[in-house]
Amino acid sequence: MPTRFAGFVAAICLLIGLPAMLATGAELVPDRRIIHALNRLAFGPTLEDFRHVKTVGIERYIAEQLDPDAIPEPAELRARLASLDTLRLNPVQLRQIYGPLRSLRGFKPSPELERAQRERVQVILRDASEARVLRAVLSPRQLYEVMVDFWFNHFNIFSGKGLDDVWIGNYEERAIRPYALSRFRDLLFATTKHPAMLVYLDNTLSTAPGSRGARGNQKGLNENFARELMELHTLGVDGGYTQEDVITLARILTGWGVNPPDARVYPEYAAVFEGARHDYSAKVFLGRQLQSRGKAEGEEALEILARSPATAHHISFELAQYFVEDEPPSSLIDKLTERFLQTDGDIREVLKALFASPEFWNSYSRKYKTPYQFLISAVRAAGVTVTNVRPLLTAMDQFGMPLYGCLTPDGYRNTEDAWLSPDATARRIGFATALGKGALPITPMAQPVDAIRLEAIFAETISDNTRDAIAGSPQGLRAAMMLGSPDFMRR
Amino acid sequence: MAVRRRDFLTAIGAALFSLAPDAWAAVADGGPARLIVILLRGAVDGLNVVIPYAEETYYTERRSIAIAPPGKPNGALTLDEHFGLHPALADLMPLWTGRQLAFVHAAGSPDPTRSHFDAQIYLENGTPGQSSTRDGWMNRLLLALPGPRGATDAISIGPTLPRILSGKAAVATLSVGPSGALSLPIDRAEIVSAFDRLYAGDDELSSSYREGRAAREQLVAALAKEQRAADNGAPPPTGFPGQAARLAQLIRRQPAIRLVVIGLGGWDTHVNQGAHTGQLAGHLRSLGQGLAALARGSGEAWHDTTVVVVSEFGRTVRENGNGGTDHGHGNVIWVAGGAVNGGRVYADWPGLAPARLYQRRDLAVTTDFRSVLAAILARHLRLNDRQLEAVLPAAPPASPELAQIISS
Repeated sequence: MPTRFAGFVAAICLLIGLPAMLATGAELVPDRRIIHALNRLAFGPTLEDFRHVKTVGIERYIAEQLDPDAIPEPAELRARLASLDTLRLNPVQLRQIYGPLRSLRGFKPSPELERAQRERVQVILRDASEARVLRAVLSPRQLYEVMVDFWFNHFNIFSGKGLDDVWIGNYEERAIRPYALSRFRDLLFATTKHPAMLVYLDNTLSTAPGSRGARGNQKGLNENFARELMELHTLGVDGGYTQEDVITLARILTGWGVNPPDARVYPEYAAVFEGARHDYSAKVFLGRQLQSRGKAEGEEALEILARSPATAHHISFELAQYFVEDEPPSSLIDKLTERFLQTDGDIREVLKALFASPEFWNSYSRKYKTPYQFLISAVRAAGVTVTNVRPLLTAMDQFGMPLYGCLTPDGYRNTEDAWLSPDATARRIGFATALGKGALPITPMAQPVDAIRLEAIFAETISDNTRDAIAGSPQGLRAAMMLGSPDFMRR
Repeated sequence: MAVRRRDFLTAIGAALFSLAPDAWAAVADGGPARLIVILLRGAVDGLNVVIPYAEETYYTERRSIAIAPPGKPNGALTLDEHFGLHPALADLMPLWTGRQLAFVHAAGSPDPTRSHFDAQIYLENGTPGQSSTRDGWMNRLLLALPGPRGATDAISIGPTLPRILSGKAAVATLSVGPSGALSLPIDRAEIVSAFDRLYAGDDELSSSYREGRAAREQLVAALAKEQRAADNGAPPPTGFPGQAARLAQLIRRQPAIRLVVIGLGGWDTHVNQGAHTGQLAGHLRSLGQGLAALARGSGEAWHDTTVVVVSEFGRTVRENGNGGTDHGHGNVIWVAGGAVNGGRVYADWPGLAPARLYQRRDLAVTTDFRSVLAAILARHLRLNDRQLEAVLPAAPPASPELAQIISS
């Protein structure tokens, strides 16, 4: 009888979403917990997601989000993505079709043709941007899309550098997305070997001086990639490497470059290891003697970096800063680092530990949204089915966070000091007003946003001041005020 | 400027003799010193802006795009016995002869990159070779300037805040179109009163809201008033000359504006650059007209204004196979303003002989761009060494001559 009774209670709890509260013992009211989860695991709540979490409970929602493949994507989104042809081309095809025109039997293409080609290549950025924004707004696999944003900034490249205007969409599709919730090592390998990264950080130029393949502008060592690979991608700036290690890693990676367009060897690959430019001398990297093994030597170095405790700490810090607060507590970072090392860098497991931590649940509304997060969350809360992403991309430009437009390899920051400014607040209010009034052409017949819908999501969680200010304002302004409120600037 | 101050001191006589030297400067200058930086993004071809017409190599390397020497048809405008100005910049000659315009040639970054984006980062963060410096040197400058700070001390013309102005200190951005400031919903009374209630607290978000509102109110009001007075029914000028004219009005009404940044694109002339006419000439004409309009339109405020025009790097000495030029190294920096020791080209000129070129292809850099800026910050904005070090760390000192580019 007692056993049956306990089972009965558990079943009731499951039905009304109590277990999550009991599990962590936090004092937040249930709505706040739901909003908190949706603000961090998703790009903010939609009314549908809010109701879904209310129904299934927070633990179930977290489990669902950690297994995105099991969540079906809406047919409409799939159809929209299917129409973006350049996402399905490989780097060789992309360069063939959209790359700079080449001389034909000694004849240079005319300036007019070159200009036309430069216009043509812009479809790549358009397709990539459309896919990114549509998925962020519409996909129910929200945590997955959040992690794409996180990893893209971690392994940032810039569309304006060299051939990256041709490869940027493929880079996200092939090097980031497949591994966004997988092992860190896989991400590191995929990004390091993608031609877009090798171009972005100049490794294509890096050549062992005096090697057989040294010629033209490929005559010497370029340390750019080696440095950023350790400082930004893996160990972190205080990760215990020296300038000597930077040079050694640069030597290890000599020859990792881009296959010329007319290559006879491996013509189907855009990124190749060119042995003729590689430094085959003996090396000591991070205190370890490496065998001279050409390309395998570089892979060995990546394995060492991926498994270093410094890397585990660095990635854990970044995750905690992104998901919890700008200055995350060291107790949490240590916990995540331990989990990272136990699971060989399994991102899913690290996130699971993060979402189960009291530090996570005690950080309600402590993060200031980046422009990207603000814009995506506003459209989601408004419940608009976006068909035209252009106004959102323009807003990202104006807010100083152009999509795929971060020049520097450190990617966009996600902290308050990076984004909170008088001008940012004015612009966010401007956007919220335009969106609230239905003046933003993101859908063919934009309607004013229904304030009732927003109230259904936020009524229980907004501050008293915001609630009173909205209640005392004309009906037509209420949606704009909610989306432009101080509450909505944070997550 | 030096003459002006002497006259002023004589006229005032002994009445003010007990004031400290800094106070003299403040009284004599009439208003706070102001710096306007115009970024030519894409690398302008400095060798076709300030043309070394006395060098034979210039003409042998640039068969189709060279500007003829002064005196020849469509030739350069004489600056001195070595350099001439692109004829499309004729609007600037009154400033030159009035000694309010100077050039610093063979200037640039110590970093050898020929990547636009790296070079622009270094130009803007003020630390060549170090992309990890996140804030811009003009934001650090804003923090270093003494005195109470107002909402419109620093403004960026254009929709986004460029790196050069980003950082800890608050900066207003302003889109200046043909009809003045582009309005945002927050400029409308009904909306403002609603949001005033939302942002009534003393938290950080609320105070940033109020700062942003104050800046917009001042800027929008200043532009609107001037516009009605100045336009007098005439259609507003478009492009950069129009923008510059609006900026001049803004400065006249709002002398508290200390720092301004404007970015102009279209200088990456790999193909069909043109010579005395064509692509580059068209862009230069617009820039020259704008600078002239800025000088004319800012009235008394021009005396306190220094304008620096700078680009991330120069372009190759030799023209390429497409009638254009490729990414190079050294370039020319333009300095204009009421306090400039102008009418001269400052240069430790390396020449265009192949052996003197950087990597045998580009004009060498003999003056670090930071030295030029540091000289201006020291004399014009009166930064001391400690402040200079915070704004432009490790900037090499300017040559004794260049150090005098602003009169004191």
